[in-house]
Amino acid sequence: MDVTAASPVVPVTTNRVEPRREHSPAPRTLRRKSGFGDALFLNITRFFAILTLLTLVGIIVSLVISSWPALQKFGFSFLWQSEWNPPAEKFGAFIPIYGTLVTSLIALVIAIPVSFGIAFFLTELSPVWLRRPLGTAIELLAAIPSIVYGMWGLLVFAPLFGEYAQPALAATVGQLPFVGALFRGPPLGIGLLTAGIILAIMIIPFIAAVMRDVFNVTPAMLKESAYALGATTWEVMWRVVLSYTKVGVVGGIMLGLGRALGETMAVTFVIGNTNFLSNVSLFSPGNSITSALANEFQEADPGLHSAALIELGLILFLITFIVLAASKLLLMRLRVHEGSKT
Amino acid sequence: MTLHAKRRLVNRVALALSLAAMVFGLFWLLAILFEVTRLGFSALSLDLFTKMTPPPGSEGGLANAIAGSLIMVGLAMAVGTPVGILAGIYLGEYGQRGWLASATRFFNDILLSAPSIVIGLFVYAVMVSTMKSFSGLAGIVALSLIVIPVVIRTTENMLLLVPNTLREAAFALGAQKWKVITLVTARAARAGIVTGILLAMARIAGETAPLLFTALSNQFWSLDITEPMANLPVTIFKFAMSPFSDWQQLAWAGVFLITLGVLLLNIVARVLFKDAPHT
Repeated sequence: MDVTAASPVVPVTTNRVEPRREHSPAPRTLRRKSGFGDALFLNITRFFAILTLLTLVGIIVSLVISSWPALQKFGFSFLWQSEWNPPAEKFGAFIPIYGTLVTSLIALVIAIPVSFGIAFFLTELSPVWLRRPLGTAIELLAAIPSIVYGMWGLLVFAPLFGEYAQPALAATVGQLPFVGALFRGPPLGIGLLTAGIILAIMIIPFIAAVMRDVFNVTPAMLKESAYALGATTWEVMWRVVLSYTKVGVVGGIMLGLGRALGETMAVTFVIGNTNFLSNVSLFSPGNSITSALANEFQEADPGLHSAALIELGLILFLITFIVLAASKLLLMRLRVHEGSKT
Repeated sequence: MTLHAKRRLVNRVALALSLAAMVFGLFWLLAILFEVTRLGFSALSLDLFTKMTPPPGSEGGLANAIAGSLIMVGLAMAVGTPVGILAGIYLGEYGQRGWLASATRFFNDILLSAPSIVIGLFVYAVMVSTMKSFSGLAGIVALSLIVIPVVIRTTENMLLLVPNTLREAAFALGAQKWKVITLVTARAARAGIVTGILLAMARIAGETAPLLFTALSNQFWSLDITEPMANLPVTIFKFAMSPFSDWQQLAWAGVFLITLGVLLLNIVARVLFKDAPHT
C-alpha cells in the first residue's frame, strides 16, 4: 500500500514517511546532449541545494564562534555547574538542561501512549468515512502555533491545573514513597509538570501522524492472515502491525522528542523561568534551554553572558541534531525494510 | 476465565482506550479553539486594525504589529519560495543518486524540525551582531530559513508523484531536460507545490522564537525593514506575559487573529490539494 494513497494531504511538518520513489533517474538513454539551457538550469538548482547544505554548517560554525568565550572559560564544567549568575559572570547550564530533559521526558511519557491510541483508532477502528476528518483534526492540532499553546497554557490551563489537578495529585500519588517526592510542594499551576503536559499536547499530533503513516505501510496481506487465524483487532495491532513497523514508530517518537526539546514559546510561558531548583518536585518552577534564551538573550550583555546563552543554543542544537538524525535513519530503515518484504 | 474470554476482554479494553486517546486529542483541539475564540472574539474591535500598540493603561490596537507581520511573512515567502522550489527540483529531478542530493535531503529534513529559536540565534550572530541593530530584515531572513526546508520537502515529494511516462513522453518529443521540468513535471506537480507553500506560510505566521532576537519589536508604526519591526507574535508574547489586563485583552485578540489565519491557510491548502488532479 502506498503511504500517500491513504492520506493525500502532505503534512510537511511531520517528516512523514516519504512516498516510494516511483521513477528511476531520468531515462538516460533518452537524454540528448545537454544544451546551454540544461547546464544552466542544473547548476542553478544545484546551487540552491548546496546553499541549504551550507546553512546547516553555517549554523554550527556561527554558534561555535559566538559562544567561544564561554566555551573557553568554562569548558565541559558548563554542563554540570548549576550556578547561573550573570552579575558574577558565573554560568552553568545544569538547570536549563535539566528542565529541557525533564519536560521533554514528561511529554513523551504522556504522548507516546496517547499517540499510539490515536494512530490505532485512525488505522484500524475508525469507520472509513471518519478517517479523513479525524486525521485532519489531529493535523490541525499540529498546525496551531506554539504561542497560542503558550498563552492558553498560562492563562487558562495553569490556573485550573493548579487549583484542581495539583492538589489531587499531591494527595494521591504524592503520598507514595519515592515517586511521591515528584508530586509535592505548593500548587503554583506553572512549573515543570505543566510545561511537560503542554508539550505533550503539542507533540501528540506529530507522533500520531507518523505512527498512522507507518501503520498504513503494513501490507494488508499480513493483517488479513492474522485475522484469518482468529486474532483480535488488538492482537493484530500489537503483534503484527507494531512488530512490522516498530522501527518507524521509534522514528516517529524521536521526531516528537526533537520537537519537544526545541519548543520555545509554549514552554517559556508556563515553566516559571527561575534558575534555582531546590528539590526534585515536578511542581516547582524551573527553566529550559529555550526559555532561558527567550527570556534573557535580549537583555544579555554582549560579553560572557551572551556567549553562555549562545552556548546553550549550541547544546540544544547538537542534542536535537542527534535525536532528529536518529529519527530520520530509523524511518529510512523502515522503508528499506519494507522494500525487501513486500 | 477461558482464554477466549480473556482475549476478548483485552481486545475490548484496548479498543476503549484507543477511543479514549482519540477523544483526548480532539478535546484539546476543541478546548483551545473554544477559549481562543471566546476570549479573542470579545476583544475584537475596529481599533485593533487602526491604532498602534499602546502603553499599558491606554487605548490602542495592533495595527503596527499586524502590518509588520504581513510584511515580514510576505517577504520571507518571496525569498524562501523560489529557493525552496529550485533546490527541491534539484533533489526531485536531478539528484536521485549521488552524495550531494542524499546529504542535502538528510540535512534538509533535520533543518525542517530544528528548533526555530536556534535559527533566530544564527541570524542574530550573522546579521544582527555584525550590523549592530535588530531589524525587520533579519526577521525576514530568519523566517525564510524556516520556509525553505518546508518548500524543498514538498516540492521534491510532489515531483516524485509525477508519473514517469509524462517525462518520457516529453523527452520523446525531443524536449530538453530543463524544458521537460519547467513545462511538464513542475506543472503537473503545481497544486501540490502550492499546498506546500501555503503550509509553510501557516507555519511562519505564528513563529515567535526566531523573531525575538532578530526583528525584536517596535512600539510605533514603521515600514522600514532596516529598523526593528513590530510583529504579532512577539507583541503577543510581551502582552500576554504582562500583568496588565488591557494588554492581555489585546494579546487574546492577536492570538485569535493568528489562529484564524493559520487554520484558514491549512484548510485552503487541504482543499486545494484534494481538488487537484494527482496520482
